[in-house]
Amino acid sequence: MAKLKELEEYREQIDQCVKCGACRAHCPVFGAERREGRVARGKVAMCQSLIEGKLDLEGKVLEDLSQCLLCGSCEAQCPNKVPTDEIVAAARRRIAEERGLSSFGKGVAAVLGRPKLMNFLAKSGGALSPLFFEKLPENSGLRLRFPAPYLEAGRTLPPLTAKPFRERVPERIEGAPGKPTVLFFTGCGINYMYPAVGEAFLKALQFLGATIIIPKDQACCGLPAVSAGAAATVEGLAEQNLAVFSRYRYDYIVTACASCYGGLGKIYPEMGAEFAPLSTQVKDIFVLLIELGLAEKLAALPKAEKRTRVTWHDPCHLRTRGITKEPRLILKNLPQIDFVEMQNAGICCGLGGTYSVYHYDTSKKIGAKKAGYIAASGAELVATDCPGCIMQLQDGVNHAQGPARVVHLLELLVAALPEGEGKLTTG
Amino acid sequence: MLAPRILKELTGIVGSANLTTEPSDLLCYSYDATQQSFLPEVVVHPAAAKQIAAIMQLANRELIPVFPRGAGSGFSGGALPTKGGIVLTTERMDKILEIDQENLIATVEPGVVTEQFQIAVEAVGLFYPPDPASLKFSSLGGNVAECAGGPRCVKYGVTKDYILGLEVVTPTGDIIVTGGPTMKGVVGYDLTKLLCGSEGTLGIITKIVIKLLPLPEAKKTMLVLFDSIDGAAQAVSSIIKHKIIPTTLEFMDGRTLDCVKQATGLQVPDAARAVLIIEVDGDREFLDKQANRIAEIIRPLGVVETRIATTPAESEALWQIRRSVSASLRKVNPDKFNEDICVPRSKVPVMIRRIDAISEKYGLAIVNFGHAGDGNIHVNIMIDKKIPGEAEKAEHAIEEVFKEALALGGTMSGEHGVGLAKAPYIPLEITPQTAAYMKAVKKALDPNNILNPGKIFLDN
Repeated sequence: MAKLKELEEYREQIDQCVKCGACRAHCPVFGAERREGRVARGKVAMCQSLIEGKLDLEGKVLEDLSQCLLCGSCEAQCPNKVPTDEIVAAARRRIAEERGLSSFGKGVAAVLGRPKLMNFLAKSGGALSPLFFEKLPENSGLRLRFPAPYLEAGRTLPPLTAKPFRERVPERIEGAPGKPTVLFFTGCGINYMYPAVGEAFLKALQFLGATIIIPKDQACCGLPAVSAGAAATVEGLAEQNLAVFSRYRYDYIVTACASCYGGLGKIYPEMGAEFAPLSTQVKDIFVLLIELGLAEKLAALPKAEKRTRVTWHDPCHLRTRGITKEPRLILKNLPQIDFVEMQNAGICCGLGGTYSVYHYDTSKKIGAKKAGYIAASGAELVATDCPGCIMQLQDGVNHAQGPARVVHLLELLVAALPEGEGKLTTG
Repeated sequence: MLAPRILKELTGIVGSANLTTEPSDLLCYSYDATQQSFLPEVVVHPAAAKQIAAIMQLANRELIPVFPRGAGSGFSGGALPTKGGIVLTTERMDKILEIDQENLIATVEPGVVTEQFQIAVEAVGLFYPPDPASLKFSSLGGNVAECAGGPRCVKYGVTKDYILGLEVVTPTGDIIVTGGPTMKGVVGYDLTKLLCGSEGTLGIITKIVIKLLPLPEAKKTMLVLFDSIDGAAQAVSSIIKHKIIPTTLEFMDGRTLDCVKQATGLQVPDAARAVLIIEVDGDREFLDKQANRIAEIIRPLGVVETRIATTPAESEALWQIRRSVSASLRKVNPDKFNEDICVPRSKVPVMIRRIDAISEKYGLAIVNFGHAGDGNIHVNIMIDKKIPGEAEKAEHAIEEVFKEALALGGTMSGEHGVGLAKAPYIPLEITPQTAAYMKAVKKALDPNNILNPGKIFLDN
């Protein structure tokens, strides 16, 4: 049985907060809002009072607890490593339990729990696009539009694809003998919005000879539901996914979405003993590619004469788990690009699961800061490893009227691979 | 709870978006880094000196205490609203108003975060040296009110050495200006210096005029392991006797080193019982020579090993050892009392030995690290508050530590201030006559005892 932790179970970690205020330097929401209720220290104090029964779950508490990206920036810099993201997520579950899921949380839970409905929405979204989508400047490169029940004016998002990625590809792609077997956990972003990233994933691993399994009935990882406090949805999705995984023999479950990586690799393992092996089985695509020696192979390719300036955005769910070197190693060895480091590459983009739906204004402020760092780097392209970040970063860049396009690093990677992929079982 | 008419008047001053009585907001402004908590009755976020003046006038008329607050990161309770009333935070006043490159002066609002200010001035080749450990999140207003220090103070001095002038709202609600943008100025009393370190008891700082220096071209960091604390302490005196003033001279004693080794797996020889992190700054070509000279001077003093950073990354790795101390200590014991006594720098070894004796007497782990260059020792008494009697024992030990520091010609606090935490110990350090002189100033400027009452001196 999948079971997420109760707020009370975090008591010890909550008491570890010594109120030093270090989180004030690192919380993106606090940076935009500058009120103590918005920062980790304030939220931890609230949770402490909630547990002690000194504070009721009403009024401002609800608003402040909704004002957290769950990005983990505070924990990374906290001298006592207080996991505010987990604590706030647990508090939201308690809010949902005591006060009912908020209207948006309900929507998230309903859609994520039902892949068929999601498929339908994706398809109808594609068909309805002229009604819902906002046109972007032609030079943005991406036609960023998005149908959403909570569409707000000025938000630019990619279209949902008419044919989800998993419906386009076979369930199993055989690789070379002696090479690893990989279960591709696509996540919703790749399946419904960025199928080209899925294609690139396949191409990169086929290049290295891996066997790839793409279970059609895999479900959402549940991270947006974690953010919304929908405990039962998260637990249900986790059980569903585990049942899917158990049908196959594989070496690794691999993601190309930082959020899925965080959901499967960090949140699931804490939900019960049967989920514990996932903490080591789940790998990010770039970690696997580096282990399989791709950096060396890229380094051997001749450098292109005309190269594109590219910078990297660290998705929170990779950064907080120490994955920062691997994508950069790939970027530095790609023949067609010049890698430039932007300032504050590790600051959250401002999406935060369902955060930007509730708090688009603050989310935009955070995105604007990031857009400033991107512009200052002079990069033409921003590469990252998370569909959510891609969406949010492009929105921020567009609002700032910056020239940069945001792409998944896999797309840059496969552009550099020699033709005849799949046949080249090098090494 | 304040009367509705008072809240209405306050709302009229700051606007409804900048006043709150929500229970969760009151909670969020009830604490600071001392981990004590006192609920205020209202929190206001003013944006201008005029608003603050109006609030102070109202508070005097209605006799409501006002507690000014910067980032709430202080270690002595200066920002704690011990008597309810109004918490007045300067978080919204966070603009750098001017960086004057011709006169090497900057003017800022009090809510500017120290590191943000440093980044801004360094971008134009200027330098603001004070570097309290909290610089990434503490505010300049708070730094001035507490007269913050930091590792670089051994060469560059403390916050008050960089403050040329202030705009201040008085406890009774007037707006005054002290000093100004000149390097000299002797007209009238030096109120700027009086207000630096006044802990929010004599006025609310609304504007700060800051002196800047040219940014040194480069710095060089070295970490030296000694076989005894005496060796490390002698090294400090010896370096300075040879007319070299390093930027920083940070030390850790053997127990601190043990904690760091245990918590981080840091590899150092067992013979090492004290550490100095020495940094020099200045012209690039001059630094190698200076670092080598330092290594030569200290070699006879029981040096076990010297590591000199040759790249910024190596320098960062050395500082990381120092920065890992706090978290490492926590792993050894869950709670700590963090004191910051200061003794003449030649007295550091004898002070450490006396602290060791106190540690033994009470059976409490005490670890020491800090700024050896200016004799400022962070004395950390490590306890587990859940064990009955430990906190009381720690309090007795602290009092003895203070007494020993004073006996050596030192002070109870080099950086953190008195606030609430050290107020009971004031009579140990300040004579009744001196205290009466200070209290007379407070009484004259704040006749109703409205502004941050009960701090520095306990109310009777």
